[in-house]
Formats: sequence, C-alpha cells, structure tokens
Amino acid sequence: MRNKLINWFRYASPQTFYPLAGRMIPWFWGLAAIFGVAGLFIGFLLAPTDAQQGEGYRIIFLHVPASWMSMFIYLVMAFWAATGLAFNTRLSGMMASALAPTGALFAFLSLWTGALWGKPMWGTWWVWDARLTSELILLFLYIGFIALQAAIDDPRRADKAGAILALVGVVNIPIIYFSVQWWNTLHQGASVSLTRAPSMAAMMLWGMLLCALACWMYSIAVALMRVRVIMLERERHTDWVRALLRGKA
Amino acid sequence: MLSLIRAVIGRDLRLAMRRQADIVAATFFFIIVVSLFPLGVGPEPDQLRRLAPGVLWVAALLATMLSLPRLFADDHRDGTLEQLALAPQPLALIVLGKVIAHWLVAGLPLVVLAPVLGVQFDLAGDALAVLTLSLLIGTPALSGIGAIGAALTLGVRGGGVLLSLLVLPLYIPVLIFGAGAVDATVTGLGAQAHLSLLGALALGGVFFAPWPTAAALRVALE
Repeated sequence: MRNKLINWFRYASPQTFYPLAGRMIPWFWGLAAIFGVAGLFIGFLLAPTDAQQGEGYRIIFLHVPASWMSMFIYLVMAFWAATGLAFNTRLSGMMASALAPTGALFAFLSLWTGALWGKPMWGTWWVWDARLTSELILLFLYIGFIALQAAIDDPRRADKAGAILALVGVVNIPIIYFSVQWWNTLHQGASVSLTRAPSMAAMMLWGMLLCALACWMYSIAVALMRVRVIMLERERHTDWVRALLRGKA
Repeated sequence: MLSLIRAVIGRDLRLAMRRQADIVAATFFFIIVVSLFPLGVGPEPDQLRRLAPGVLWVAALLATMLSLPRLFADDHRDGTLEQLALAPQPLALIVLGKVIAHWLVAGLPLVVLAPVLGVQFDLAGDALAVLTLSLLIGTPALSGIGAIGAALTLGVRGGGVLLSLLVLPLYIPVLIFGAGAVDATVTGLGAQAHLSLLGALALGGVFFAPWPTAAALRVALE
C-alpha cells in the first residue's frame, strides 16, 4: 500500500518527470505524424466530395479537431489548475501554463478555418452565431490566463492566480455559452447551425476522427516539450538541473 | 456575521466619502462615454433608440471596471488587507462587505443616472423603467465578478489593462441579459425572462464570488 502511494506521486516531481517526458515526446510526435498522415490521406484522397458543399468542406478535417481540442485543453488545464491548488504540487501549475498557448492556438485556428469555410459557404467571414461567439470568448479566456501568468513575476504566485482564474472560467463557460445561445436565438432565428450538418459519410467521419487524434497527440507532445522548458527555467537553481546542463555542455 | 459585514460596509463607505473625487470621476466617465455615442453615430432618434440599451450597458461595464482596482489596492498598500486576512472572521465575508460597499459607491450612481441618460437616447417610459431596473439588478453581479479580477491583479504590474482582459469576458452574460431586457421591452416581448436570469446571475455572482476572491487575496498576500 505504501509503495503504491509512493509510486503514484513519483512523477509529480520535476526531477523525475523531466526524463520521462523526454522519453515520451518522440512517441507522441510519431503517433501525431501517423494519425495526421492517415487522416489527411483519407480526408483528401478517399473521402467523397460533399454533394452540397463541394470540395470546400474538406477544411473540417482541421476545423472540427481544432474546435474540439480548444475546448478539451481548457478542461485539462483547469484540471491541472485544481490539482495544483489542492495538492500544492509544482508540476501541476507548470502543466497548466504549458497547455494554455496550445489551447489558444487551437481556438484561434478554429476561428480562422471557420472563417475560411464560412466565406464560400455562408458568403461571409463572420456571423454572430452562438458557436462562433462562444469560441471567440474561449480565446479571450485563454489570452487572459496567459496574460495574467505573464504579468506575475513569482512563478508560484502566477500558478495559483492562474489556477483560480482557470477555475472561475470553467464555472463560467457553461453560463456564457447558454447566454450567448439565448442572446442569438432571442433576436433572430439561427440562420446557420453547425449541428444541422448533413449526415456524414463514413469516410469523412474516419478522416475527421484520425485528424482529431493527430491534433490530440500533437497537443500532448508540444505541451510536454513546453513543460520541460518551463521545468528547466524554474528549477535552474536546483542541483539536478545544474548537473543536467553540465552533462550536456 | 451581519454586524461584521455592516462594519466593513460602513468603513469602506466612510473612506469613499473622504475621497469623493474617485466616485465622481467614474460616474462622469459613464456620462461622457454614453454622450459620445450620439456624436459618433449621428443623432437620428430611431437609431439612437435601438442603440441605447447596448450603449448604456457597455458604458456601465466599463465604468464599473474603472473603479475596480480601488476595491483592494488602497488597503493593500497601507497593510490593512493583511490585518483583515489575519482576522478570525472568514475573509470571504469581509470581501462580501467590500463588494456591497463597492456596489453602493460605483454601481448605484449608474442606476440613478441611467434614466436621465436614457432620455438623451429618446427611450420611452417603460423602456426607461426596465433599463433602470436591469441596471439595479445587474450591477451587483458586476461588482461581485469584478472583485475576483481585482484580487487576482492586486499588486501586478499593468494591473489595470490586465483587469479588463480578465473581467470583461466574464461580464458577457450580464451584458447580454441586461441589454436584452431593455431590447425585449422595446420590441414588446416583455422583459421578465431576461430580468429573472439577470437576478439569478446577480445572486449567484454576489454569493459565490467572495470565495475565489478571498483565495486570490491570500495568494496575493503570500
């Protein structure tokens, strides 16, 4: 029992997690490449042309995974933030701040690809649709998180302040989402809705799922790389980082 | 418990009364922002009537935000905040008192001024009443949610700009239902649904916000 407990927290220390992350990164990059190539192959070569939207629909192979990841990463970030507040572990805060830029990137990509898709399909770059608006707000929340952490010099304080903000955001996201939806539907009927998509061919779905997996693996790989850098930066006064850098030099 | 909250409110109000310039400045900011819009978009009454709810509510959001840094900064600077955090009473309750005092100083003047400014936008009587009511219900939520941002940015460089970045996205639901209530009245739909939701937001905001605020204050005081 006691052994298990120790094992559970073994990788909560940056010193042990650093080499583990280093060993895992190539695997996740490899998986990301395999899933990405397979997903894009299916998406561009095997999936049929959409009857209504023509070839333009193929942007969903990036757009949908990016939207999913932007929301999922916020939840993961909030999970690490809560863990950091509850257990006071250094690594949790580092994970949260390592995830934020990737989440913001996906939120931005989701908006950008959505605009590229919207121009030929809806005839406009942007509509104040509930989904678009809430994705934009999600991007704002990411930027607020990153800005708050960047403004505080002491990393421990930055972690805790960021964690509180991330948790407040998690409570607020459903409220914001529904308010935006009601705001839109109260004014005018939604002229466009992503939920009423025509039923999808199996090939399209497979391509999309594979691309989503590729984005997921990419997020993990990038977050691990970033957390390694953050670890070195914050723990630079410790013996293990000094020994590591001396070994490399 | 109530006497503690009352004592905090009384103290904050007394302090605010000794620095009336701050209150007046934020209030005039509200008036000026609202008055700028007709100059920018033109004086056609039809257009102004359509814009009025949004303009007044956005101006109220900005004016509230402007007065937020004052909520904890002065107490932080002279060390009072540390004494409050050391007090045996829960810090969240003290924060609740400060939030109420902030609303009395920063929110209530906006509510009182709103009908006058609404007349500038040619709003009809019932719309004016709903506008005032929606601000009366909604501004406590602004003070509550804003307190979280004010505590998080306490003593941080560039705090003012950062505060707006953190707090404004969280204000969106209040803006939507507040402006929506007036809009619904103007179009004849009835404002009750909006006002109920706004009331729920205000109660939820004022009730729950003191906890994260207190946690953020403790982080800032470490």
